[in-house]
Amino acid sequence: MDPSRKRRTRLVVALTCAALLAVALVYTSFSAASEARQPSQLASAEPGKTYQLTGRVAAGSWTHEGTEHTFRVEDRAGGGPSVPVRYVGQVPDPFREGREILIDVKRSGAGFEGQPDSLVTKCPSKFTAEPKT
Amino acid sequence: MVALAGSVCLAAALAICLYGIGASLYGVRAGRRDFVASGRRAVYALAGLLVVAMAILQMAFVRSDFAFELVATHSSTTTPLFYRVTAVWSSQEGSLLLWVLLLALWSSLILFMTRRRLREVAPYATAILLGFGAFFCALLVFLESLFAVLAAPPAEGTGLNPLLRHPSMMIHPPMLYSGYTLFAVPFAFAIGALVTRRLGSEWIRSTRPFTLAAWLFLGMGIVLGARWSYMELGWGGYWAWDPVENASLMPWLTGTAFLHSVMIQEKRGMLKVWNVSLVLATGVLAILGTFLVRSGILESIHAFGASTLGIPFLVLIVVMIGGSIALVASRADHLRSEHRLDSLLSREAAFLLNNLVLVALCFVVFWGTFFPLISEAFTGEEASVGPPWFNRYIAPLALILVLLSGIGPLIAWRRATAANLRRNFALPTGVAVAVLVGLIVGGVTGSLGALLMFVFAAFVFGALGQELVRGVRARRAMSRDSAPVALVALVRRNRRRYGGYTVHVGVAVLFVGVAASSAFQDQRLVELRPGQTQRVDDYAITYERPTSRLVAASNGRLERIDLGARLQVREGDGGPVRVLETFKSYFPSTDASLGPISRFFEGEATSEVALRAGFREDLWAAVAPDIGRLRPRIEEGDEVFANATELSREDRGAFLAEALRGLSRSYTDSPPPATFRFIASPLVTWIWLGALIVFFGAGIALWPAGAGARRRATATGLARVARELERA
Repeated sequence: MDPSRKRRTRLVVALTCAALLAVALVYTSFSAASEARQPSQLASAEPGKTYQLTGRVAAGSWTHEGTEHTFRVEDRAGGGPSVPVRYVGQVPDPFREGREILIDVKRSGAGFEGQPDSLVTKCPSKFTAEPKT
Repeated sequence: MVALAGSVCLAAALAICLYGIGASLYGVRAGRRDFVASGRRAVYALAGLLVVAMAILQMAFVRSDFAFELVATHSSTTTPLFYRVTAVWSSQEGSLLLWVLLLALWSSLILFMTRRRLREVAPYATAILLGFGAFFCALLVFLESLFAVLAAPPAEGTGLNPLLRHPSMMIHPPMLYSGYTLFAVPFAFAIGALVTRRLGSEWIRSTRPFTLAAWLFLGMGIVLGARWSYMELGWGGYWAWDPVENASLMPWLTGTAFLHSVMIQEKRGMLKVWNVSLVLATGVLAILGTFLVRSGILESIHAFGASTLGIPFLVLIVVMIGGSIALVASRADHLRSEHRLDSLLSREAAFLLNNLVLVALCFVVFWGTFFPLISEAFTGEEASVGPPWFNRYIAPLALILVLLSGIGPLIAWRRATAANLRRNFALPTGVAVAVLVGLIVGGVTGSLGALLMFVFAAFVFGALGQELVRGVRARRAMSRDSAPVALVALVRRNRRRYGGYTVHVGVAVLFVGVAASSAFQDQRLVELRPGQTQRVDDYAITYERPTSRLVAASNGRLERIDLGARLQVREGDGGPVRVLETFKSYFPSTDASLGPISRFFEGEATSEVALRAGFREDLWAAVAPDIGRLRPRIEEGDEVFANATELSREDRGAFLAEALRGLSRSYTDSPPPATFRFIASPLVTWIWLGALIVFFGAGIALWPAGAGARRRATATGLARVARELERA
């Protein structure tokens, strides 16, 4: 085959592969993604759909019996409506009332069911720096 | 006074950076070598000033000088000395100082080493490196309060977060930041080469050890972070696709691609645009990693609290990307390849494919990490993708990568013939087929991905083993040395080649560990009472009894309370009984509104896992004690102390210690059921072992060549220059 034609063919094949990967990435990421929500945005949550809930564990709301934990989550800025969450599993070490968390939830009756192993607590570690007001 | 000296150091460092940038640029434009040398010396001075600033801060932490606000908020007298030293970079401000200090030290080293070379390129590189230095110093001077002092210093500090009290935290940040800052070196020299149109391979040769060192240090930082996650976070995993983890992986991936493709430029003068783009992209990604941790634009469990640093970093990144694209586009004529790809069956093609896979990996990680922003931009809704999405793409790409790490060393340059393929591929393919048959017969067929990874890794071991044996045989044929002597001589003469092969072996071992531990893990979350037994994989684990202890710091103050469990583990039916202990440490809170007893249970807590690591399998256990049953007694104790206002300070301390001892005794005397997470995970040790092999290999490649090898390299370089001159 003519060398320049060969190079063109290779380029077309390579670009096609790249385009296919890009299309797959775009399609699967939009279809598999969980929408991120704060509690005040969860009023219209659809049953069966997974949301990534982010907010603070409300003060005085955490109770647990064995591996079953229930708590309420409020907006990070505080105030506003809070939503009840039931989570079965082990909570991370830094989990506390007042701490920021991320958890994948699905609507279940009047509350939300946390998905297994999806609860993460924002690492307070190095990061004591809350915004100085 | 001492704090003021630190602030003066920072201000002087910023001034030195600005002077150095001006001197370097004026010197190179006006042909004034004295100014160029002065610009270079500004980098040395910057390093000196920052060493002094860091020493001042370190001393304040070591002395627990709570007049320094940073010390009061990140350390305490009960924090062990080892961790008081590491606490410096646990803060946003301290970590920025560490970043710019390492940048100054590494920049000084490269500029000292190239002081008689790259006379045109180096001044621009100096200006770029000092530009980074000025940026970070400006953040420290204008936006952060590194040396802020408190008018009324507290008697006790907040303490270092217990999660960071792990030995790997001592070296994880310096390794990670060394990786990031070392990647700034090839970035700066690439910009210099583009500006001066000196785009041959000299700048690449001069900066190659720094690129490799950046790759090595960043890799070490990533692995140490994974090990910390496995041992300290109480979830039993080592990678969670968190944005901050991903931020460190992206430059490492593009850096790996560059280390491979640069060989094609050195050997054949090809891929110049690709190489310079990879270096620039790696530099940008290194800054992006630093930005991600500090901007708060993405949700990450590891990110710093909201800060004001996002916008300056964003501006820097935009300038870096815009400048890089403009420079590469304007120098396109000087970046033409000298040769074309002769055949798809060649080492060049294998390297190119390896590069495409690595860049695809980086793109997948980038897309997944930034998807919340992408989604919000296109749909108005912020959304994120989880580990299953990442794994869907990363797993097949990692399989291809491992296979290529075996193919690359076997295939011939320019064009492989059928005879070359037969001669080099027969044995490794035979090894891979034998392993495949063995695994199928052995019943290891539960996961196709894991099965393929084991087979491809076997191919890599076969391929590299064959290369090594052939090399030793050839050496022995010439020298008549014994096999070990011939092996050492072979590696010494070809450090880069055999160091690279060792890295490939390590990568294969590491991926075998990842595949096995991901596919064949047995994990249980159970609630047990003392005496109850749980089976996990082939283990019978019995909760023998609860444990508790009060731990005092070196100054005699109570540091923490440990509540835990003693476990008996029996492997198989007739195996010996082994004992494991896991506990949770409760550190006191500094919240003054809490009662004296409850503050010990409302502070930070951290799991200390029990690990029985083995070459074949790890058994991992963590306990979450139920302290709910202690609550009434804790509240009662708080009330007693609240009413006991007449107690002296000494009596109060003695009674408090006694009350806490009583509480911990009551936990062990009538223990409530405890929650346990047990994980039996095969071949996890292979991950750490593979990483060590990778670092050893990189060390071999990085080790300075002997005089003989240098002469050969110089001769090759001269021959190349001669060829280039002939063509010109």
